[in-house]
Amino acid sequence: MDVILFLIFALIAVACAINVVVQTHPISSALSLVGVMGSLAVLYLLLGAEFIAAAQVIVYAGAIMVLFVFVIMLLNAGAETRKGRSYLIPGAPLLIVFLGLMAFVVQRIFPDSTMVRFGGFTGGGPKDVGTALFTTYLLPFEVTSILILVAIIGAIVLARKEIDQ
Amino acid sequence: MELLDSFIFITLVKTAVVFAVLMTTLAYLQWVERKVIAHVQVRPGPYRVGPHGLLQPVADIIKLLTKEDLLPPYVNKPLYLLAPFLAISMALLSISVIPFGPSIQVGPVTTWMQLTDLNIGVLFILAVSSMGVYGIALAGWASNNKYALIGGLRSSAQMISYELPMSLAIAAPLLISNTLSLRKLVEAQDGGIFSWNILHGPFPQVISFIIFMIAAFAETNRIPFDLPEAENELVAGFHTEYSSMKFASFFMAEYANMITVSAMATLLFLGGWMAPWPVAWGASLVPTVIFAIAGVTALYHGTHTARKRDKLTLPVFGIIFFIIAGVFLLPMVQSWLLPLFWFAGKTGAILFLFIWVRATLPRFRYDQLMGFTWKFLFPVAMLNLLVTAFLVAWTTK
Repeated sequence: MDVILFLIFALIAVACAINVVVQTHPISSALSLVGVMGSLAVLYLLLGAEFIAAAQVIVYAGAIMVLFVFVIMLLNAGAETRKGRSYLIPGAPLLIVFLGLMAFVVQRIFPDSTMVRFGGFTGGGPKDVGTALFTTYLLPFEVTSILILVAIIGAIVLARKEIDQ
Repeated sequence: MELLDSFIFITLVKTAVVFAVLMTTLAYLQWVERKVIAHVQVRPGPYRVGPHGLLQPVADIIKLLTKEDLLPPYVNKPLYLLAPFLAISMALLSISVIPFGPSIQVGPVTTWMQLTDLNIGVLFILAVSSMGVYGIALAGWASNNKYALIGGLRSSAQMISYELPMSLAIAAPLLISNTLSLRKLVEAQDGGIFSWNILHGPFPQVISFIIFMIAAFAETNRIPFDLPEAENELVAGFHTEYSSMKFASFFMAEYANMITVSAMATLLFLGGWMAPWPVAWGASLVPTVIFAIAGVTALYHGTHTARKRDKLTLPVFGIIFFIIAGVFLLPMVQSWLLPLFWFAGKTGAILFLFIWVRATLPRFRYDQLMGFTWKFLFPVAMLNLLVTAFLVAWTTK
């Protein structure tokens, strides 16, 4: 059951990810990305990390992608024109090399690890995430929040209209 | 025996029951809304189809099903068809984690009056409702119509903005109850009205209840925040180009969302299915008294009728109310009927508030709407959360 669900949602995730690149219209690409996020959330859920799954949907699919779609709708961006398939000539070999490298690295780092057990991961609850965030990773967490604050202030400064004196 | 105990069988039966009840409630909520607004405006409301218009929802469903389903030629077809489906499925999905009552015994089977209890139930509802934005935004965009587009844009901007104070308002009672499971949340509020999160120490969540309700009005696109479908400027907003069942899906989604947020308010702040005072003080008699009063009122109006047909219908309603009042006294049904009564009563009261506000208030202006949430609601919710967090941390140590 778990394996079947994993295969279904992994396939959906990969198909959506390919669709993000293939689609010419920005809205279709953005929605495919939502599909990727949603399937990833289901994969997290299968692994037993329910809080991370919920956060994935709320933050990525629900907040960030809604803003993406919102901006695309606001700018009323149209479909882009295709420029042939010449990108495939350097792209296809590079992709194969990249996938091979990834497989090699995974094999080197986890040479004899057991198969992933569905639901075997129990460190994904709200309590575990909170504890990790506020003890082990407190400094990176605070630094990130200051970074985000700086980014927000920067965005406001850039977007603000100049007031003539 | 084995069949009865199997997880799949129980879940299927529960799903069927919940779905049937939810769909009926959706249809009749519409009737209630029309009746309440009509009475606020001193007119009888739907009256022709069935006694007191009680069959009006059936007539509406037949009308919507048999209407011509128009597909405008200029729309983005896949997204245009996806949008209503997305809206209604996301709206109905969240009912699956809402607990209606405690565990009950039906024959040999003991089960919870809830489809499933997730230990992240609150987050699940937040996630599903945040996905519901897509249905409306895409409907507006795919319609390829300027009114629909502006409606969709307004709606997504409004829902993103009001989600923030709403989440902060939800977080405060969660701090007090210290759980994300909706069932445990209600169980933590056992023991009378002063254990409910709205009045329970260390910091009564009155402010966060009010913020939650205001945000809920905005999230469900209801008056006074129904800018996405402001008919005097946007025709019908995001669903301008939709007809027949596709329009009905948006309509149903709005009402399903209303039911969900009302149920959420009940569970988070008003103690879910818990009675406001102990059984020793007569809490189990409340539904009987209420229905008996309703019966007496109906009988009285039946003898002093304003309209001819009421002479027959109102006494019948009165007798039905008396029968319901009697049913609540039967000890074998009390165990599951009473919690259900309290849950439905609280949720119904909040739904009535939605309708009441619609009949009372005018619409906001768009910049007022945005200014209100970012400059007032969000800081207040943040402050409330901070105070709650400090007090909870202070009292638990």
